[in-house]
Amino acid sequence: MIFFIGVFVLVPWLIEMSGRWDYYYTLTSVALLSIASAGVWLTFYIGRINIGQGAYALAGGYLSAVLVTQYEVSFWLTIPLAGLFCAVLSMLIGLPILRLKGVYFAMITLVLTEVAKLTALALPITNGAKGIVSIPLPGELSVFGMTIIPDFSTLENVKLAFYYLAVTLMVICFAGMYRLVNSRMGHLCRSLQQNEELASSIGVNITTLRITAYAISSFLGGVGGSIFVAISQSIYPTSFQVADSINFMLNVFVGGLGYVFGPMLGTVVIYFGWDLLFQTGKFQLLIYSSILILLMLTVPNGLLSLRLFKWNKEKK
Amino acid sequence: MSALLEVKSVTKKFGGLTANKDISFTVQEKEILSVIGPNGAGKSTLFKMISSFLRTTSGEVLFKGERISNLAPHIVARRGVVRTFQETTIFKSMTVRENVVIAHHLRSKTNLLGFYVGSRRAHTDETEFRRSADEILEFLNLSEISGELASTLPQGHLRALGIAIGLATDPKILLLDEPFAGMNHDETMRTVELVSGVRDRGVTVLLVEHDMPAVMKISDRIVVLNFGEKIAEGTPQQIQQNEQVIEAYLGSEDDSIGL
Ligand SMILES: Nc1ncnc2c1ncn2[C@@H]1O[C@H](COP(=O)(O)OP(=O)(O)O)[C@@H](O)[C@H]1O
Ligand SMILES: [Mg+2]
Repeated sequence: MIFFIGVFVLVPWLIEMSGRWDYYYTLTSVALLSIASAGVWLTFYIGRINIGQGAYALAGGYLSAVLVTQYEVSFWLTIPLAGLFCAVLSMLIGLPILRLKGVYFAMITLVLTEVAKLTALALPITNGAKGIVSIPLPGELSVFGMTIIPDFSTLENVKLAFYYLAVTLMVICFAGMYRLVNSRMGHLCRSLQQNEELASSIGVNITTLRITAYAISSFLGGVGGSIFVAISQSIYPTSFQVADSINFMLNVFVGGLGYVFGPMLGTVVIYFGWDLLFQTGKFQLLIYSSILILLMLTVPNGLLSLRLFKWNKEKK
Repeated sequence: MSALLEVKSVTKKFGGLTANKDISFTVQEKEILSVIGPNGAGKSTLFKMISSFLRTTSGEVLFKGERISNLAPHIVARRGVVRTFQETTIFKSMTVRENVVIAHHLRSKTNLLGFYVGSRRAHTDETEFRRSADEILEFLNLSEISGELASTLPQGHLRALGIAIGLATDPKILLLDEPFAGMNHDETMRTVELVSGVRDRGVTVLLVEHDMPAVMKISDRIVVLNFGEKIAEGTPQQIQQNEQVIEAYLGSEDDSIGL
């Protein structure tokens, strides 16, 4: 509850007061990145290191951009379509590669992002390196003649609108994930992570479960990508790169693999951590990497494990 | 009476090595049948083929007259043929109770979406699974440690938990691979009681074991493998007197098979 008031009321108020409007953009990005990271987290939850989320963010982004600019589909419709497109795509890709484990799966997903970029460069519909630009802002969303979301181009404060959109989706996404993890599917995913052989001997169809989890993961990547494109009103083959894929993974690591809200915290920490280090100039990357390494050594289960640990102690 | 499980001329080759050669035997309903043999005789391989974790090179396995070899493990498990493992038998970072609750998955009539939206059926399923899990834990004397993390358990409890997981799937046949391994005499005798109890619940038991006194005590019939071939089959008394079997066990020293 506090969280809701915080993100929907307090944050906008603080930003209005301080006049730092650029923070809307920052926080919107964090919200979207955390959605894509939540997907990566789910693949971790079934025991697979996923360094390929950038590929799906790119695919979802392009799908939305193409549909909006060339087929005049409503942007709002392209959000779920981008998700579904990525989900189907990931099923096709996942079928062969999800058999692999550990570093082999990780390497292949890493390559995926590069493949996505090359595909975007090569296809006519994605317009090669020039990308797709001047994408219109999201139009009006109305159901049965009732306007639910107004046309963004008529709004005074588009940044605030995008902020609300991203944060709302983030809340829905994490509520959904929380439910998933605490439902039977979550338990089965954990069983898969811990012992695939035993899972199949208690009757779990491990192939289907793996693919389902991966499809949900990619769905979130596609959704995140489609909104990013709407914000920047453009997309290029380099909009999501290998570095982004790696960042998605880092967000998850830093936040904590065992906690469903880990990706959210991880994204916040990494995003702002990187920004804070900006002042250190050319040492930025060095310090950043060192801190990350240190974090992984000292809190291998992620930042959320710290809090829970203390909390447990108090209970005792 | 037709057999519950029929192993028909099953052969498994790993490259040049023949781990199982033309093995046939049948398992009757509600019996305890043990497969024994020296290390490397091919016992685990045979179990893996019965549970479809490995494909047969030739031959087939029938359960209630239907082929179950060369399917997927989860399908065979759904038919009621469930295997426990020699090596790792548990979900390490779950509690004992969570292990057994999750193993009820097979019994669920509700699909995952039902569980996700929390349908009434899913609720009744979950409640029933927890009740049944507690009953199984009680039966295997694990109630007291039901809240402990599985990875912290001693060997004896691990095996019992492995059996509990197997039972939770409501199997027709339970395949136990070396359930007494690493146990001292007392633990073994207690587990022997448990396995007999499992059979008394109406579950047919097929087990691989090294511990000869335990096998002699518990089994209705025994199948003996040596170098991948079946060399004998019969009641414990028949096996104890079988020359070939005695020979197979290290220079035919009687005490090596605990006679
Ligand atoms: N996956 C495998 N690949 C190659 N050889 C194997 C494999 N599994 C088992 N073997 C070999 O098959 C033989 C029988 O092994 P196994 O069935 O584990 O014996 P047991 O369980 O009776 O000790 C051994 O020689 C073993 O090395
Ligand atoms: Mg073995």
